[in-house]
Amino acid sequence: MEFKFSEENLKKIDEIVKRYPVKKPAVMPVLYLAQEQNGWISQEVMVEVARVLDMHPEEVLGIVTFYTMYYQKPMGKHHIQVCTNVSCMLRGGYEVFDQVKEKLGIENMQVTSDHKFSLEEVECMGSCGTAPMIAVNEDYYENLSKEKVDEILESLKKN
Amino acid sequence: MEKIVLPDIKDLHLIDVYKNNGGYSAAKKAFGLSSDDIIDQVKKSGLRGRGGAAFSAGLKWSFMPKTTDKPKYLCVNGDESEPGSFKDRQVFEYNPHQLIEGILIACYAIGAKTAYIYIRGEYHKWIKLMQKALDDAYAGGYVGEKMESIFGTEFSCEIYIHKGAGAYICGEESSLMNSLEGKRGYPRVKPPFPAQYGLWGCPTTINNVETLANVPAIINKGWEWFSKIGEPKHPGTILYGLSGHVNKPGVYELPSGTLLTDLIYNYAGGVPRNKKILCVIPGGSSMPPLRGDQLEGVKMDAESLKAVGSSIGTAGVMVMDEDTDLVRVLARISKFYYHESCGQCTPCREGTGWLVKILNRIIRGEGSTKDLDLLISVANNIEGNTICALGEAAAWPVKFMVDRFRDYFEKRVSQEVVIPVANKVHSMRHTANPIADIKE
Repeated sequence: MEFKFSEENLKKIDEIVKRYPVKKPAVMPVLYLAQEQNGWISQEVMVEVARVLDMHPEEVLGIVTFYTMYYQKPMGKHHIQVCTNVSCMLRGGYEVFDQVKEKLGIENMQVTSDHKFSLEEVECMGSCGTAPMIAVNEDYYENLSKEKVDEILESLKKN
Repeated sequence: MEKIVLPDIKDLHLIDVYKNNGGYSAAKKAFGLSSDDIIDQVKKSGLRGRGGAAFSAGLKWSFMPKTTDKPKYLCVNGDESEPGSFKDRQVFEYNPHQLIEGILIACYAIGAKTAYIYIRGEYHKWIKLMQKALDDAYAGGYVGEKMESIFGTEFSCEIYIHKGAGAYICGEESSLMNSLEGKRGYPRVKPPFPAQYGLWGCPTTINNVETLANVPAIINKGWEWFSKIGEPKHPGTILYGLSGHVNKPGVYELPSGTLLTDLIYNYAGGVPRNKKILCVIPGGSSMPPLRGDQLEGVKMDAESLKAVGSSIGTAGVMVMDEDTDLVRVLARISKFYYHESCGQCTPCREGTGWLVKILNRIIRGEGSTKDLDLLISVANNIEGNTICALGEAAAWPVKFMVDRFRDYFEKRVSQEVVIPVANKVHSMRHTANPIADIKE
């Protein structure tokens, strides 16, 4: 599917590029803009990002595949990220991960059939002092218990 | 005890509150001094980097060339991805202006006109909070072109936030620079060091968030005052992050050299259900772990921890009680470094994967005593043979945990020598479930 940046995003890109002495460093923030607009980073998105920043599409592909926060397939409306690294693990991170898996009926990096939820086991999110945690899209939910996880998932199901 | 980085002042994140509490006065004072004078003061204060290496901040600044026709840059490392570390996010949230002020002073001292704050991508909320503070500082004339109207100086600098995208390795300084340049975050071979050849080949200094947040206080109250806080060889306060099996996990700002047992039992409220401590990792998951029976008298600063065979790292203290499955913990740590290895150097790319496989074999109950030596051997072959310190970060926990908890690990493996899994392919015919065997 063809991808073109919205007028508004093109203006934002002009502003972003000004922060750096050359155009290329804008690739990371511009990919975020593209992901926001398109939902994920398709091949067409990479070609367009490359065109806008005078880069080779392969260079953009190199960036997208290196960093884990650019999604190379459509994710759910609510992308659930569960930390299972040590500090969370010691306080029940894996139990939370299993609970979410069971509740949503999906495995790591899968999307529910209604495209509402996706699940990702993530590395340390910097919530060690408030473990265990999940992040839903950009928002952190910390100091979780079994009941709280249920509550969060239920409320997300409604919207 | 006075707190430097996270003082107990309500709403300090607001620019007006920060100003009313003496904010931006250190920058004003600094701009009246020579850059050499500032570098000298920071050097004498004894301030050491809070990002893991504990290198002298003033000395690092002094490496920047005095005369160059290239622009100079400051990078602020807010990538904070080391498991067990969650201190910099407190600075973004509760005292962002002190960080900005520290950046201004650092830029003036090293002669940089541009600073980039690299913040890990997952910190959406804290990026927004930091951006808000930065916008307020710009609007007030504390940063950018209007600085002359506030500080009465010709010096001005721009500060930008650059958002990471989920790669631990970008906390390594040369990888951070490559990432900022819009490349894959591969660490660079050193030398040349960033002060010679940094961002876009220009002289660059990279400092941790907490390090820079300490600078305004040093300028305001003097290096002598700072050098007398805590341990003389690693002075100042440290943001200790307590996590794992403690009653009150969180960040505690205390003088360097605070007793580890004090941190755990007095500040973090001890271990739930009064369990005994099996293991403590004192400085983030890459640092050598300590045994629970080794903790008495251990002080939390770079030199004291070195003396007991560990390291201060990012001061992220992970506490594990007697019921913890250490093999699983170590496997989880190794999985992290396997996942985060950038793949440039063969020993790290391959070795981290082998560590995970061997540890998983032990978890399945198929490990032998030989596997313990194999783990140490693989770790030794990673350590020192890679471009960046991720090699050490992956090797140390394995090497030191297996060594220091040998008795524990030996109980988890069989004394008999099990035929290595790879050779089992030959005897496929004799096994009940050949496919399952191959998969392993």
